[in-house]
Amino acid sequence: MAPSSAPFAVELRDVRFSWPGQARPVLDIAHLSIRPGERVFISGPSGSGKSTLLGLIAGILRPGCGHIVVNGAALHAMGASARDRFRGAEIGFIFQQFNLIPYLSMLENVLIPCRLSARRQARASRQAGSPREAAARLLERLDLAPALWERPVTRLSAGQQQRVAAARALIGAPPLLIADEPSSALDADRRDIFLELLLAECALAGSSLLFVSHDGALAKAFSTTLRLNDLNAAAREESA
Amino acid sequence: MRRFFYLMSLARKSAWNRRGTLSLVVLCIALSTLLLLGIERIRNQIRENFVQAVSGVDLVVGARGGDIPLMLYAVFHLGGATNGMGWESARRIAAHRDVAWTIPLSLGDSHNGHPVVATTPDFFDHYRFRAGRRIEFAQGRAFDALFDVVVGAEVARKAGYRIGSSLVLRHGNSDVRLAEHSDKPFTVTGILAPTGTPVDRALYISLAAMEAIHIDWQGGAPIPGFQVRADQVGKFDLTPKSITALLVGLKSRSRVFALQRELGAWKEEALMGVMPGVAMDRLWRMLDIGERVLLLVSALVTLTGLAGLASAILAGLGERRRELAILRSAGARPLDILFLLACEGVLLVFAGIAAGLLCLVLLLFAIGPILASRYGIVLYFSCPAREEWLLLGGIVVAGSLASLIPAWRAYRISLSDGLTLST
Repeated sequence: MAPSSAPFAVELRDVRFSWPGQARPVLDIAHLSIRPGERVFISGPSGSGKSTLLGLIAGILRPGCGHIVVNGAALHAMGASARDRFRGAEIGFIFQQFNLIPYLSMLENVLIPCRLSARRQARASRQAGSPREAAARLLERLDLAPALWERPVTRLSAGQQQRVAAARALIGAPPLLIADEPSSALDADRRDIFLELLLAECALAGSSLLFVSHDGALAKAFSTTLRLNDLNAAAREESA
Repeated sequence: MRRFFYLMSLARKSAWNRRGTLSLVVLCIALSTLLLLGIERIRNQIRENFVQAVSGVDLVVGARGGDIPLMLYAVFHLGGATNGMGWESARRIAAHRDVAWTIPLSLGDSHNGHPVVATTPDFFDHYRFRAGRRIEFAQGRAFDALFDVVVGAEVARKAGYRIGSSLVLRHGNSDVRLAEHSDKPFTVTGILAPTGTPVDRALYISLAAMEAIHIDWQGGAPIPGFQVRADQVGKFDLTPKSITALLVGLKSRSRVFALQRELGAWKEEALMGVMPGVAMDRLWRMLDIGERVLLLVSALVTLTGLAGLASAILAGLGERRRELAILRSAGARPLDILFLLACEGVLLVFAGIAAGLLCLVLLLFAIGPILASRYGIVLYFSCPAREEWLLLGGIVVAGSLASLIPAWRAYRISLSDGLTLST
């Protein structure tokens, strides 16, 4: 997939965010940018504002001030509904665990973004002929046997579940993939296998990857490593 | 649009996934529907049955008293016996210049729990039901000899009577075996075609026969030491002294009020003339308050069911926050979440209504024959009437409103949770 023509996949400038009713910002980031196709590892202890940062980039939260541009779209200037639509079309998301909807089959879980976003569906169709075919290819490459596809997802192992989540995040080749501690529920062997597959698929789709974890040992696989506490002026003030 | 269909299919799968819990909610709504519609249907069809049971009778004449008890006893054979009226009065009314025909009725005895009606063959000529339909004989003919009896369709069907069958009447409605007129058996000479009215459950004998079986009775028991054999009764005068009521048809309906006034001023005997339609209207008005209370109670039951629906979905929301966050991460708006949850509620309401209607049909099939044979009330299932559509619509509207409660809660949750998967 051709990366976006925008110079950055993600660009934050002078972004401050505070929760309603609180004077102190939890995030105060002067500058953060991710190039198209770049793999960025952001580390930070829990409570350092990782989830808030991801919420801002995913368009769930809106900054108090500053600019957030994702794949050329100015999220800070968009309405809530437009940001939701944008997220569905342009961003793949992987949670730490329990990523799957229990009453849907594996295939249906992967197809959720295509069902909710016409742009995502169109891209998946362009890629593989149909969204279903795109999902099938991803699941195959992620080593999930076709026998499992139509079955309920409740009996899958943690590793299998995360691979299904990765397929869902990757379907329709979104320009940006956000992974929030996706491997911390896996044991060491599974974690490495998962990371390898995820990186390979991101490269294939041409997606930028924003990978957040408290586990610094994973950082070596990434082209860029950032520490949130270094980026975040609000955290520096606090420790000072 | 495509998105809405997708969310609807998600709602359906989600509900199916939790069918164990939700089936109880559906059952509640089904019972509410059954109650609301069942009461409405039975109410309407009982009225219809009553209204259709007698047609073309301008006045029901009897001893002065309550008009509704007279109607119920004389026409529908329900309730307690009313006072009798003198035969002499009946003859004079029959000879009145405005009167086209009369049917005397004398009740009191029974057979297998069915009322025995003593009357004249005029009954078969003049009695009308359901917008002017005549009574017809399925087999045989009217009574002619003294101990002839004509039986209604249901009586014949239940006991398997044929022309020529012999049967014994019982005094009053008692179950006491001693009170049988076993010394004077009757012979079936006619079986009536089904009418769907109380006629089906009655037996018809002549007024003279009614006198004959009571010659050696007094005060509800045989007179000790005095017995008249069946072949001896012809020697007695079998003209009745009194009857229960007289059905009157007029030459011109416009004379009905004049005759009613005349009967009210009757000097020889305290009589009254009741217009069947007016008495039935009064009866419905009396029952109305009870029906309203029933309707109110079933409406409350429905509300309880819908409150159960809202709370069942609300209770499930806690463990579904994850599901909502996943959908949000894939581009679902908070309004989509609202729609998803509302859909689920409405889906359950429709499932409940469908189950309730099914129960109603099955129930009507199951109890319909019992009601028909025991009370002569014919129930049937037909396409819902206007009031029933209104009730159904009311359930759907109230159910949708109830569904908005958990939907709104989910909307708030998805706004505040965002993408955080609370554990």
